[in-house]
Amino acid sequence: MRFGVVVFPGSNCDTDAYHAIKDVAGVQCEHVWHTTTDLSGFDAIVLPGGFSYGDYLRCGALARFSPVMESLYGFVEKGRLVIGICNGFQVLLEAGLLPGAMLANDVLEFRCQWVNLKVENNKTPFTLLYDPGEVIRFPIAHGEGNYYAEPDVLDELERTGRVVLRYVDGSGRPTREANPNGAARNIAGIINEKGNVLGLMPHPERCAESILGGEDGRRVFLSMIKSLESGALASR
Amino acid sequence: MKFRGTVTIWLKEGIFDPQGAAVKGSLETMGFREVEKVRIGKSIVISLEAQGVEEAGKMLEEMAGKLLANPVTEAYRIDVEEEKAGADR
Repeated sequence: MRFGVVVFPGSNCDTDAYHAIKDVAGVQCEHVWHTTTDLSGFDAIVLPGGFSYGDYLRCGALARFSPVMESLYGFVEKGRLVIGICNGFQVLLEAGLLPGAMLANDVLEFRCQWVNLKVENNKTPFTLLYDPGEVIRFPIAHGEGNYYAEPDVLDELERTGRVVLRYVDGSGRPTREANPNGAARNIAGIINEKGNVLGLMPHPERCAESILGGEDGRRVFLSMIKSLESGALASR
Repeated sequence: MKFRGTVTIWLKEGIFDPQGAAVKGSLETMGFREVEKVRIGKSIVISLEAQGVEEAGKMLEEMAGKLLANPVTEAYRIDVEEEKAGADR
């Protein structure tokens, strides 16, 4: 089993993701330079956080036209797993692999803090090791995490269980106060229709071991590994 | 022929613009109580070679639709003019 972490110019969470996968979750992992066009040797791809292409024009907009993205469409089509974290989520939105767009936080602040998240759907390859409705703690660090989509798109996401993670308070309620950036319906993470592409603003790789202050993020990677082992999605 | 296209991009009506709201607050602090709304966008100036104004406009339209603006959240307007030789901007 082989994971790849894409490195765009300006990515800065690539090494954290690599460490969480290789050293903490314990599977093979490689860095994938953004000019790579062959992803055939990988089972899962991570689009990491950071400021790809300086976040110029719009977050994720320029990364979308990286050579590696062309191959990523085929990778997704084959049912392999893709996770976009923070800037990686923004890239997935710009690439049209997930619906909606990111706006600037409505709070006039870059938000760097821990948040409570509710696992709204644990029947995904990325969350299967969490309990349904479990409240977990991840860190966030972003200035543009205010998820936006038209109301009918949001309704469709809700109706089909594609809202995977939501910002909540300690008791699991999606209050306005628990929403760090103004995201529509407190959405922190969504999945595509096929169920093999997840985008989330919070950083699981930054809370994958206790020395980092939390271990809740580790199960994202362990879920992916378990899912790949069971071969539920792979159609190689 | 050389053309200069200006692509002006704003957040769509109805989408909250935190930058505009912050600037509006500062303008009010300065004493401009008349200000009703501030929206901040961006302006991208592109010099390009094309057969005519129509072709230049078509290329700019494709650039704006596919990259310069995000159709989910942004609206844009394109203005094209012939770039005068020796003009400097």
